[in-house]
Amino acid sequence: MSNNEYTPKSKVGKWFNDRLPLLTLGSHLSDYPTPKNLNYWWTFGGILTFCLLTQIITGVVLAMHYVAQADLAFASVEHIMRDVNYGWLIRYIHSNGASMFFLAVYIHIFRSLFYGSYKSPREVIWITGLLIYLLMMATAFMGYVLPWGQMSFWGATVITNLFSAIPLVGESITTWLWGAYSVDNPTLNRFFSLHYLLPFLILGLVILHIWALHVPGNNNPVGIEIKKPSKDTVPFHPYITVKDTFALLMFMIIFAGFVFFAPNVLGHSDNYIPANPLVTPSHIVPEWYLLPFYAILRSVPDKLGGVILMFGAIFILFVLPWLDTSKVRSAVFRPIYRQFYWIFVINVLMLGYMGAMPAEGIYLILARVGTIYYFLHFIVVLPVVGFLEKTDPIPMSISEPVLSSGAEPSLGKKDNEKI
Amino acid sequence: MKRFNLKKLTFLIFSIIFFINPLYSSESNDLLKVKWSFKGLTGKFDRASLQRGFQVYQEVCSSCHSMQYLSYRNLGESGGPEFSIEEVKAIAASMEIEDGPDSQGEMFIRPGRPSDKFKSPYPNVNASIAANGGAYPPDMSVLVKARPGGADYIYSVLMGYEEPPEGMSLDDGVYYNKYMIGNKIKMAEPLSDGIVEYTDGSEATVDQMAKDVTTFLSWAAEPELEARHKTGIKVIIYLILLTVLVYFSMKKIWSRIDSKM
Amino acid sequence: MSKEEKKVNRRDFLFTASYTVGAVGLGAVVWPLVHQMNPDKAQKALATTEVDISKIEPGKSITVLWRGKPVFLKRRTQEEIAEARSVSLNDLPDPQKDEERVKDGKDEWLVMLGVCTHLGCVPLKDKGDYKGWFCPCHGSHYDLSGRIRKGPAPKNMEIPKYEFVDSNTIKIG
Repeated sequence: MSNNEYTPKSKVGKWFNDRLPLLTLGSHLSDYPTPKNLNYWWTFGGILTFCLLTQIITGVVLAMHYVAQADLAFASVEHIMRDVNYGWLIRYIHSNGASMFFLAVYIHIFRSLFYGSYKSPREVIWITGLLIYLLMMATAFMGYVLPWGQMSFWGATVITNLFSAIPLVGESITTWLWGAYSVDNPTLNRFFSLHYLLPFLILGLVILHIWALHVPGNNNPVGIEIKKPSKDTVPFHPYITVKDTFALLMFMIIFAGFVFFAPNVLGHSDNYIPANPLVTPSHIVPEWYLLPFYAILRSVPDKLGGVILMFGAIFILFVLPWLDTSKVRSAVFRPIYRQFYWIFVINVLMLGYMGAMPAEGIYLILARVGTIYYFLHFIVVLPVVGFLEKTDPIPMSISEPVLSSGAEPSLGKKDNEKI
Repeated sequence: MKRFNLKKLTFLIFSIIFFINPLYSSESNDLLKVKWSFKGLTGKFDRASLQRGFQVYQEVCSSCHSMQYLSYRNLGESGGPEFSIEEVKAIAASMEIEDGPDSQGEMFIRPGRPSDKFKSPYPNVNASIAANGGAYPPDMSVLVKARPGGADYIYSVLMGYEEPPEGMSLDDGVYYNKYMIGNKIKMAEPLSDGIVEYTDGSEATVDQMAKDVTTFLSWAAEPELEARHKTGIKVIIYLILLTVLVYFSMKKIWSRIDSKM
Repeated sequence: MSKEEKKVNRRDFLFTASYTVGAVGLGAVVWPLVHQMNPDKAQKALATTEVDISKIEPGKSITVLWRGKPVFLKRRTQEEIAEARSVSLNDLPDPQKDEERVKDGKDEWLVMLGVCTHLGCVPLKDKGDYKGWFCPCHGSHYDLSGRIRKGPAPKNMEIPKYEFVDSNTIKIG
């Protein structure tokens, strides 16, 4: 973080800033030099911050009315929907907000994968991001249990049962997690407590994530390092703030579409059936954003193997900066990698689809193929392609016209591509 | 242009979601589809249909199916059947509600009040199962949201009673239904022509009653629907307006660096 | 106005309009978050309660719960009514005639919130210097009409909205 010679205008401001330099921080954030060629894939960080704050605010409010007790939880959610002033609105914002949060985070992650934002010197930004993602999944999983519907209960049962696959200590760990001999009231209570807690850990990690970003500064679509500040950068405010606001508003329109006109389309109707430990739903499925991992889990016939591969699929992302050997950052100049990138995207979408299907027949075969390919992409494709690929020539600066055409025709245009 | 990519992506995501959605719904046959008045961005409930539907619920369904999350006062609130306050009081008072304990420690019976929850036909789930041949008549407060296909599904089941196909044998007390998930249902056909005499004079055919009670159940599951639609239109128009303003602000601001080139 | 100035004004208007419209939206968002803490529809519906008064003897009283607070229902004897009405208004810190605190033709029945108007404790019945109620927290004395006579309480005990459904039942609220 560079030291600004920022002096507050008012005496009170100066007095305060000398003791806690929040105004200096504000000035730094406002002036922060940002590459001027960032495209809309870069607006999702701001969108994600909005999502986190929305979930926290609606969540805290819901917690004023929700009762975390097995025989009262479902009824308390109905009480919120029917009796609490604007309860239906706050509840639907929270439930659809979770989906929007994951939609944004996947776009954000796939932006990084395409433009090489995980590469040196941004490895810690990448790693803190993955930790945020892990906490998001834990938070969402526990949150889905709280309404105590059929999917809440049985999803919790399936996932907590996985821990029993761990040799020797598995059963004890599972019982310890449950606080009982099956998913029951103690489980619900502790999930509520942790669901309230984790988002604040996420908030802390987000601050670290942004701090780590501000050290090297943003990556950009061309992937080259730029001097900051320079004619290649713009101050964050007002250039990026207004653009992020615009993108956020578009995002909010889609969000509002779901909340007001299709609030249950992303969910599962079985979760409007109160939890019944004696009746298992015909298809237990998690929410859509967990489906690819669910497909990987079920593709392995061995329980422990499935658990290892499922967690492995996430943990392998941690070492991505070291698996991708290419010296070129952005896929714009990596024609071979680009193909594999899109195959990877399609593979993940396919795995997600399979996660929603029963684990049998062609669905199971495809899930297995998808799982194998997923790991092949990281373990084989990335190192090899990085090594062997003949990359396109990279421009010297972002203000300079590109020497040869890349994947994005706009780069052949003038540099002031601000849209 | 990048802006187009973002829109294309969202369109893509939407299409994926709506493509996936039918796959979430289980083995539902092609359901009977009805043009419900409450579907769509500006959908509203047909007030008269809601009132008739409530009558069907009261006279036919409520002997076995509870609606424990509804209160009698809901029948008078806006966005629903909108019975008058006197009608609501009368409906509530016609029910005998258990209350207590009194100062002697005894439970007692009193007439219902608008603030009371709908009276359940059975004191608990087990009694309900025992009285219904081992099958639980589900509570109907959110039944429409609890079934894939929603209102169309409920309507289809009510209309779907048929002779079983060749070779299918049914146990005692089990009936064939074309649209029920699994095709077997332990409820005998609940509706027959004229089983209810509508107070508004409408003809009580099975189809009419099925539509009315499904409309009523759809409201019961989503009493906030009309407010939700109304607010939604306002919110989206507002967001579009603000987006346009911010878009032009953005162009104005970014034009500064153009001029400096 | 020069062209430059005109440009500045149009730009400022655009930004001002954006901020203003944005602020309106923000306000609209804040309201539901605040209003959800107000009493919900179920609370508002439980606003009334009915009490069976048929078993209360003259001179006796009962206490019932209404909106989470105690309500005293006292059936006064003729002597008690007469005594309450013989008090001069000058002697009352909060002057109010006994007739104003009961319903026409139902002078026996005193229905009031059993909450001391000082700091909210529940006064004890048949105690104190005025044969009414006595609040042990800070020593307020109330008379047979529930009026404050001595002590720190500023006002008489509050009479809630109530009505006689029939001669045996009172509906409060």
